[in-house]
Amino acid sequence: MPLVKNGRITTDLFVQIADGAELPGDGAILVPAARFLEDPEAMLRRAGKLGVIWPNNRNLDDLVPYLDRLAAVALVFPSFRDGRAYSQARLLRERHGYDGELRATGQVLRDQFVFMSRAGFDAFEVKKDADADAFAETVKRYSVFYQPTGDGRVTALNRRMQLRHSESAGQ
Amino acid sequence: MYAYDELDRTLINERVSEFRDQVKRRLSGELTEDEFKMLRLQNGVYLQLHAYMFRVAIPYGTLSSRQLRALARVARRYDRGYGHFTTRQNIQYNWIKLSELPDALADLAEVGIHAMQTSGNNMRNVTSDQWAGVAPGEVEDPRIWSEILRQHTTLHPEFSFLPRKFKIAITASEHDRAAIKVHDIGLRLHKNADGETGFEVLVGGGLGRTPFIAKTIKPFVHGRDILSYVEAILRVYNQYGRRDNIYKARIKILVHELGIEKFAKEVDEEWKQMGHSALTLDHSVIEEVRSRFSYPVYEKLPHMPDELKQAAHDPLFERWRKNSVAPHKVQGYSIVTLSLKPVGGPPGDATADQMDAVADLADKYSFGEIRVGHEQNLVLPHVAKRDLPQLWKALDRIGLATPNVNLVTDIIACPGLDYCSLANARSIPIAQELTRRFANHDTAEMIGRLHINISGCINACGHHHVGHIGILGVEKNGEEFYQITIGGRADENAQMGALIGPAVPYAEVADVIEDIVEAYLALRDRPEELFVDTVKRLGVEPFKERVYATR
Repeated sequence: MPLVKNGRITTDLFVQIADGAELPGDGAILVPAARFLEDPEAMLRRAGKLGVIWPNNRNLDDLVPYLDRLAAVALVFPSFRDGRAYSQARLLRERHGYDGELRATGQVLRDQFVFMSRAGFDAFEVKKDADADAFAETVKRYSVFYQPTGDGRVTALNRRMQLRHSESAGQ
Repeated sequence: MYAYDELDRTLINERVSEFRDQVKRRLSGELTEDEFKMLRLQNGVYLQLHAYMFRVAIPYGTLSSRQLRALARVARRYDRGYGHFTTRQNIQYNWIKLSELPDALADLAEVGIHAMQTSGNNMRNVTSDQWAGVAPGEVEDPRIWSEILRQHTTLHPEFSFLPRKFKIAITASEHDRAAIKVHDIGLRLHKNADGETGFEVLVGGGLGRTPFIAKTIKPFVHGRDILSYVEAILRVYNQYGRRDNIYKARIKILVHELGIEKFAKEVDEEWKQMGHSALTLDHSVIEEVRSRFSYPVYEKLPHMPDELKQAAHDPLFERWRKNSVAPHKVQGYSIVTLSLKPVGGPPGDATADQMDAVADLADKYSFGEIRVGHEQNLVLPHVAKRDLPQLWKALDRIGLATPNVNLVTDIIACPGLDYCSLANARSIPIAQELTRRFANHDTAEMIGRLHINISGCINACGHHHVGHIGILGVEKNGEEFYQITIGGRADENAQMGALIGPAVPYAEVADVIEDIVEAYLALRDRPEELFVDTVKRLGVEPFKERVYATR
């Protein structure tokens, strides 16, 4: 499954650790939430980057205390119809100030890319190769956005206000 | 009218390109039907019994004549020359070809019309009072807020994959014409003690197989905070709404299971955490949206022009005027309802020729503006009273002057088994038969206000629960049966109707309705007592007796 990061297909530096599997001594790893919560401090002391896979039905409160020490958070889309992780993503970015890698996993398809990047995802485990190849062109589909989110894109309302101000300044 | 600017137009065009690409990928097999289903539903495309059905949004029910002509053109070019206006200010085309859909969308985009989120588990078309901006006594024009919400809900990055569909309706009048109490969120515009504009927010209303009347979650939310408050509700719903069972996934179930107090507490906590956010609407932002609504420049006209006095001698004109013409907030003008419920016709249908003709009449008599109401009728919102006689003649020529607005034949009905793959039973032929039974206008007038609503299945698209008389199609051993409820209403006193007894077979429905109406005529304590008030006073028993005594 290709990983898209910074808009390009890249090599995934994280190794995903299955439940019960032994942790490698170093290197970047992604661990399931339950495994992480067994002994977060021990895991954070380990050499190598740490990322946590957080399920979409689990409250973020348990994760928040560790955010500034995590290199990645992976949120899950068990099906593309299940949009809970969009809320989690926005909360992580906009409320909790998380600025590490925010990865979308599960059923990640081309037509969710714009929504996901607006919600704060910056890494995508894309289900289909063709969708991953089309990433750069797909995220450019839209140039107008109505809602303010943490992604920094200027909303239509704000663009209109700016336009008004520049018009009145020019008079 | 709201004037789309370059940004709105750009977004709609970008949506058309995106959908064109999605259709292309489906036709080439790149997308599975399961994957495509979600995408087409986000854009109002259903697969029905015979063909794809295409649902186009008419946000808060406002159309320009140019837009209505574009709807007519789509009906002619891509469909079979007609369209069906729905109970949520949409229009549906029933015979569209998938390969031609992107072109139909592109044609509509030229006049600022789209089909975004007219189906799917997202925030649907925001609806409002079809008399918005012209009804006397309105707090203020609710379309300003409807438009702010339309923009905010369009392609929302967080709430486009909700547990289930989500519908918002707004009213600004004491008399609720937008049925806000049967919506996921209902907003009633009003002013607080300081004269500031805000909303009573209701939540958790809805019909379908588990009907609920919406409950007030907050009596007053300031206008500047309405987006953040709505967003807080949606966020709680997105996270906690049930996803394990499609029939329990609407917000009404969450509100019911948690209880309104607990749900309100969750929302309040979320809202507090959001604090003063980018969603807070500055005064200038609201005014910016307001400034892009244009209003007619009304003339100073007499209350009772000579043309109207003369026409009053014509009893047919008078009958129509008394039935279909309502007071306007400006002296000398009227609000005119165009009945899409001719005797023997499918409720809510209009032909392309009728749409074109209405567009022309709107240009001539209503400042180029048309409205669509949830009762599946059209409205010309600014007709000078002196023009009423001419307008009436013109409407009569195109079959749109049936004087039955709010009467027994002004039936709300879903497409039913004639089109819909979800339906258990037919709706349209029942409606047609009823319009024939009550075709006599004197009888209909004597009966007075009486709303009949028909749904072909439990999904309740015909809002049968809130019909004064509700008719629900069910299937029993492969045959069409109908449950009858009475006493429902969708207005500010909204409530669900009560079942009168066992379901009756297709062939008996019209007889049963006639019996109910006859019972009412015998039971009402004076001619002014409406059907629904008689039911309220006496309960269902006397009606039940009448219907089942001989069956």
